[in-house]
Amino acid sequence: MNDFLAARSQMAISLGFHIIYSCIGMVMPVFMAISHYKWIKTGEPVYKNITQAWSKGVAIFFATGAVSGTILSFELGLLWPKFMEHAGPIFGMPFSLEGVAFFIEAIALGFFLYGWNRFNKWFHWITGIMVGVSGIASGILVVSANSWMNSPSGFDYVNGQYLNIDPIKAMFNGSWFSEALHMTIAAFSATGFAVAGIHALMIARKQNVPFHTKAFRIAIVFGAIAAILQPFNGDISAKNAAEKQPAKLAAMGAYFHTQPYSPLTIGGLPDTANKKVNYGIEIPGLLSFLVYDNFKQPVKGLDTIPIKNQPPITVTHIAFEIMIAIGSTMMLVGILYFVAIWKKRSWLSKKWFLNLFILSTPFGFIAVEAGWTVTEVGRQPWIIQGVMRTSEAVTPMPGIHYSFYLFTAVYLILSVAVVFLLSRQIKMVPELYDRKTELELI
Amino acid sequence: MIFVVTAFLFSAIVLYFLLGGADFGAGIIELFTSQKNKHNTRQTSYHAIGPIWEANHMWLIIAVVIMFVGFPVVYSTMCTYLHIPMLIMLLGITARGTAFAFRNYDAIKGAHTQKIYNRVFVYSSFVTPLFLGIIAGSAVSRQIDLHATSFLDAYIFSWLNYFSVAVGLFTVALSGYLAAIYLIGEADNEHDVHRFILKARIMNILAVVFGGLVFLASEVENIHLARWIFGNPVSLTAVIAASVSLAASWILINKGKRKIIRIGAGFQVTMILLAVGYMHWPYLLMVKDGQNLSLFAYQAPENTIRDLGLGLLIGSVLILPSLFYLYYSFQKRGAAEHE
Repeated sequence: MNDFLAARSQMAISLGFHIIYSCIGMVMPVFMAISHYKWIKTGEPVYKNITQAWSKGVAIFFATGAVSGTILSFELGLLWPKFMEHAGPIFGMPFSLEGVAFFIEAIALGFFLYGWNRFNKWFHWITGIMVGVSGIASGILVVSANSWMNSPSGFDYVNGQYLNIDPIKAMFNGSWFSEALHMTIAAFSATGFAVAGIHALMIARKQNVPFHTKAFRIAIVFGAIAAILQPFNGDISAKNAAEKQPAKLAAMGAYFHTQPYSPLTIGGLPDTANKKVNYGIEIPGLLSFLVYDNFKQPVKGLDTIPIKNQPPITVTHIAFEIMIAIGSTMMLVGILYFVAIWKKRSWLSKKWFLNLFILSTPFGFIAVEAGWTVTEVGRQPWIIQGVMRTSEAVTPMPGIHYSFYLFTAVYLILSVAVVFLLSRQIKMVPELYDRKTELELI
Repeated sequence: MIFVVTAFLFSAIVLYFLLGGADFGAGIIELFTSQKNKHNTRQTSYHAIGPIWEANHMWLIIAVVIMFVGFPVVYSTMCTYLHIPMLIMLLGITARGTAFAFRNYDAIKGAHTQKIYNRVFVYSSFVTPLFLGIIAGSAVSRQIDLHATSFLDAYIFSWLNYFSVAVGLFTVALSGYLAAIYLIGEADNEHDVHRFILKARIMNILAVVFGGLVFLASEVENIHLARWIFGNPVSLTAVIAASVSLAASWILINKGKRKIIRIGAGFQVTMILLAVGYMHWPYLLMVKDGQNLSLFAYQAPENTIRDLGLGLLIGSVLILPSLFYLYYSFQKRGAAEHE
């Protein structure tokens, strides 16, 4: 493994894990606050129990997300010093604001976790809300920094010099809104489905059924609504990619030849040597429709992009397909849930219905990883689209593959530890959170 | 605005040293506690830092962000030549943060798993400040060679030298000292108070010894630290102030004045940082052949500094009041009623 590939792999591994920790870290506090609100309003102890159980999950994910975020803020410089040297002053604004939001999140979390029976109940509730709000703000700000790499703005690039820097303009670059919206909704749908899936499993096992049912319902409402909304804003993202990164869009669809009635290929394995897709289903005009809202207008194909500026097509295309396939499935499952709520309440306790959600537990996060692969691999060979190549940014230090192995091991250990801790938390629900009160025992 | 930004950078570093340092110190104290007292030390530090430790570590993030937004060349040079100690420090931060959280949030307090968390926690609490100190020492040690051709010269000897290691040990001792002083006020029985007083004294003696080592090593490495520090009035005054407060806290420590000795310890460390900070101001990074990277010469373009400064000012309006209220709320004992 050469140093450049090792550096890219280490960055991919770090972000690939961080994206999971941080999605959960920003969405779970919202679920927690809803349950907390219900406890304050209704006084039903089960909601307090759910809040406290979830708060442990939040604490575990926040601690893990905070350290993996710290790793990333250093890795930007450790692996890509030339990139940070030039990009830091331009796209650093969202990072500095994210530092502020992250700080507030840590303060709010301290208040919330240790604040039971110490503060006014509404003050305590608001600190929980603040954890979620500042978490979501952090997420949006970081994604805004990433979107700048996809559609750089706020500076003039003249003869290798970065002039007339405007950090605010860079922060509100052309892709920030579509990317931030897409990521935030993705975080809600992935976390909603994952949390709901775990509670569904416990319901299916007939353990603490009322507790897990109430928890399931809070999580799935968010997950389902987000999953239903996602395809619509996916369309915004596609239009944005067509405008800012035609090479990425073409690679996503493995769309080699510019033509009117541009087709979208579903499935299939790109054959880059012969510039065609094998075993795929071509739907003529669909790509044109997605980008231009009419079936005829030709979309720029890979033939308009010099080979040296093309991203890896197979990886980008397959990742895109996975994202779309899972996203569509989640949307359907989401719709089924609302059908069950409004028309077929008998489904709610059926085994097949629960199994559907148990099966969907990891779907959202697979889609998140796939989508992240599309956006990052699809930008290659650029680290700043059209301005700086990733290979120009990499550290001169040799031996990066050792650090790649090291960090891969670190993230694997961390993930195993997190899964282990969560399973223990779930296992202890009857003892720690959903205890029978003395009254019930009589 | 550049003064606002540099003031924030310096404050973030000082605060991380004080608050993050005391946090690491809690682990260091636990590492050097006898088996029979370990449980008490663990309980006291859990009560003391549980609600605030995540916030304490945010100052590092603030400092890093200011570095890469405001002083990108300085940051990227450090990241390149001090890659290895930074990597070890990151591993330390990761291991420490997660072990501390995991040992509290493991729903089943099994003896075996707790032992693993505790081990990871104490050793990483030692390693992290050691390498933070090594990085800080290396930044001003003039050992970074921008024209090095061999791997060893460029990436190893940039930080592996007597001076940097001495600064690392000095940092460890100061962290332990800060934590011991803090824990004195948090202990809930006389026995523990006496234990932490003893620990504070040992750490203080170690800090003086390692501080001496830093001067000695600087002469070996041809850095002439003594001449720098004693050659300018601000650093000299700061060093004298630190020494006076050291002597004063040595006497006051037995009098049970927990607030005064806390302030004294914080003051002492701040003065040490001021002495070294002022001494090579505005050079944050000093490399071989006298090429120093001045914060002013290598600052980001004006617009960036302006927006960064504004962002920090607005941010501090949001952060500081809530942070003070957090400390205020949890300063009294009995903080851990969250179960």
